[in-house]
Order: sequence, then C-alpha cells, then structure tokens
Amino acid sequence: MFKWMQQLADWLVYSLLNFSKTSRVASAIDFFVFDTVKIFILLTVIVYGITLIRGFFPPERTRRLLAAKKGNRLIGHLLAALLGIVTPFCSCSAVPLFIGFVEAGIPLGVTFTYLVAAPMVNEVALGLLFGLFGWKIALIYVLSGEAIAIISGLLIGRLKMERFIESIAMTTKVGAAAEGERLSWGQRLREAWVFTRDLLKSIWLYVVGGIAVGALMHGWIPTGALAKVAGRGNPFAVLIAVAIGIPLYSNAAGVIPLVSELTRAGVAMGTALAFMMAVTGLSLPEMILLRRVLKPKLLAVFIAIVGMGIVFTGYLFNLIIF
Amino acid sequence: MLIQILGMGCAKCQKLEERTRKAAEELKLDCQVEKVKDLQQIMAFGVMVTPALVVDGIVKMAGRVPMIEEIKKLLAK
Repeated sequence: MFKWMQQLADWLVYSLLNFSKTSRVASAIDFFVFDTVKIFILLTVIVYGITLIRGFFPPERTRRLLAAKKGNRLIGHLLAALLGIVTPFCSCSAVPLFIGFVEAGIPLGVTFTYLVAAPMVNEVALGLLFGLFGWKIALIYVLSGEAIAIISGLLIGRLKMERFIESIAMTTKVGAAAEGERLSWGQRLREAWVFTRDLLKSIWLYVVGGIAVGALMHGWIPTGALAKVAGRGNPFAVLIAVAIGIPLYSNAAGVIPLVSELTRAGVAMGTALAFMMAVTGLSLPEMILLRRVLKPKLLAVFIAIVGMGIVFTGYLFNLIIF
Repeated sequence: MLIQILGMGCAKCQKLEERTRKAAEELKLDCQVEKVKDLQQIMAFGVMVTPALVVDGIVKMAGRVPMIEEIKKLLAK
C-alpha cells in the first residue's frame, strides 16, 4: 500500500536532489519525506471519514439517542463510547455537555463514559497512530480507550454518586437548540472536507515538527537508550508515565510524534500508549472546569478510576504486545 | 446587528473571537461583537459544544472555529 510513497520519496531524495545512496543524511531525509507523506495521507483519509460520520451526530442528536436508552444500561454505555469517538472535544465543552446530558436524564455513568471516550479516542489520534505504528496499534488504542470509558462509566454509575453533582448543573436550563437543517450529501461531503482541511491546517506544523524532532532524537539518542529506565524491565514505568501525563494536556497531534520517538528510544509500547492516554484523556484545564459541576469527591473518583484504567491498560499491553 | 461569541475561555473560543472581529471589520459591518462567558447564558442558547457564534440571537455555528472567509459568509447571510 505504501510502496509508491517510498518510491516517490526515493525519487525525490536520490534522483531529484541527487544525494548519494550511502549518505546518512540522505537516508534520514528519505525516511522523513516518506513518513511525512504517508502520515498526512492517512490522516486526511481517516479524519475525513470520521468527520463525515460525525455530520450525522450533532450534539443534540447524541443527547437524544443517549437519553432514549435510559432503561438499558450497558447499551447506553456502549453507545456513549461509540459516539465519543466521532465527536470532537474541547475541554471547555466538558461542562455544557455534562449539564446538557444530565438535564436530558442521561444516567451519570453513561455521561462519564462519553466524557472519557470523547477526548481520548478521536480521529487525529487514530490517523497518527495508524500512520506511525500501523493499524494494529491504532485498533488496540481504540479498543482500550473504549473499554476504559465504558468500565469507568459503569463503575461510577454503580457508585450512585448523583448527589455529588453541583446544583448548578441541575438548575441550569438548556435552551432549545435550533434543529440543524437537513443537509444534502453534496453539502455533507463539502462540509466534511472544509473541516478536515481546516483541521489539517491547524495541526500540520505540530505533526511535521513532531516528526522532525523525532528524526533528530533518532540521531542523538540511540535506539534503546531509555529502555533501562522506561522499558519493559521497569515495573514503575507505567505508573510514572501516567502520573506525569494526567496533569499535562496536549492534542493528539502534539503528543503522538513524541510517543513515536519514545518507543524508538526504548520505552515499552504499553507505557508509551498509557502516557498518551493520560495526556489526552485527562487534563488539568478540563478538571478545573469540571469542578464547576462536580463536587470534589466525584471529581476525584473520576480521575482515580480513569487513571487506574489507563495504568492497568499500560501494564496489560506491556505484557501482551510483541 | 449583535454578534455574540460563546465560550468559556479556551484557545478555540479566543480564536473565534479574533477571527469574527476581523471578519466584521473586513465586511465593514455596523455591529457589536461581544463575548459571552457565563455558563448559564451559553446554555440558554441551547449550545452544548463551545465555541459558538450567534448572530442576532440565532446560533449560526457551534463546535468549531471556521476560517475568516467562512465567518464572513455566515455574517453576511
């Protein structure tokens, strides 16, 4: 599937720019071009595909779908986790979303499943993981992200912590949203493209920068340099990685290229993925905002359960991958 | 014309405000641009995903930050 891209990169570096085939700089640039082109093509395809699907699930519809499943708990969680994949997430949306869901009568647990899945599993993360690590890792990431979201939601639901929701969440009224106009397929395809194009415009620098930093690190930090500290040998690696990752926030575009280099330097894949989940799934800004609608105990439980889920996943992968 | 930008302070909302002001300037619109940060007010518009752009009380766009050209089209309608 990627052979033609390799040929393109080879042609560019060796024929057009006339580098010697044995030069190390040349092979680094060749690799950089190949990787970059491959990643952007994959990213574009995946982001476009998911954005198209998202067009069918605006927030109001998501809310209605989840509210309708009130009676049947597991399906509600499954649905919330799936909808979380296709919806974009800005940490400042966490609060209005939470209130909107609660007001619609969506169970607390299901709301949390959605809150965990949405920022963690998204099209940019998917595209980049696919591009850098292949479809298997991308799939594993999605499945584990969904599992963490569903289990966290189920647990929180079981704990019956409804009384720890701040009253403001119960009293704020969600106005009636204007129903979106029915879009034709032509409009959908166009709008999805506009969104994809704008998204790529806003992150391309991060991605290229990340790959470049990676290429540089590749030159200075020998493969396996971090293996002793954060490789499979160190039992605390996952815990430390997650502890560092939780307060940090970055979008997927910023952290994944870094993760790619970390693994090349010897960090175990499970540890790297756990780090990535911790960075994108939980963040200080989001926690500060959520404090407005969640009493401290509930917020703490949320962070703890999701955090533990991520740590567990990290250890699990270190055991089973490769 | 009253243009309101709904957002609670993250980078996206600020970007939307900047671009909207620029768009209004370029269109030489006679309008007032204000930022709505209050949660209750934002939700009263029925908006769950910020940032959002509201023109004369009608939500024109929510959930993403369009480019200036697209904002201009939304303002002109």
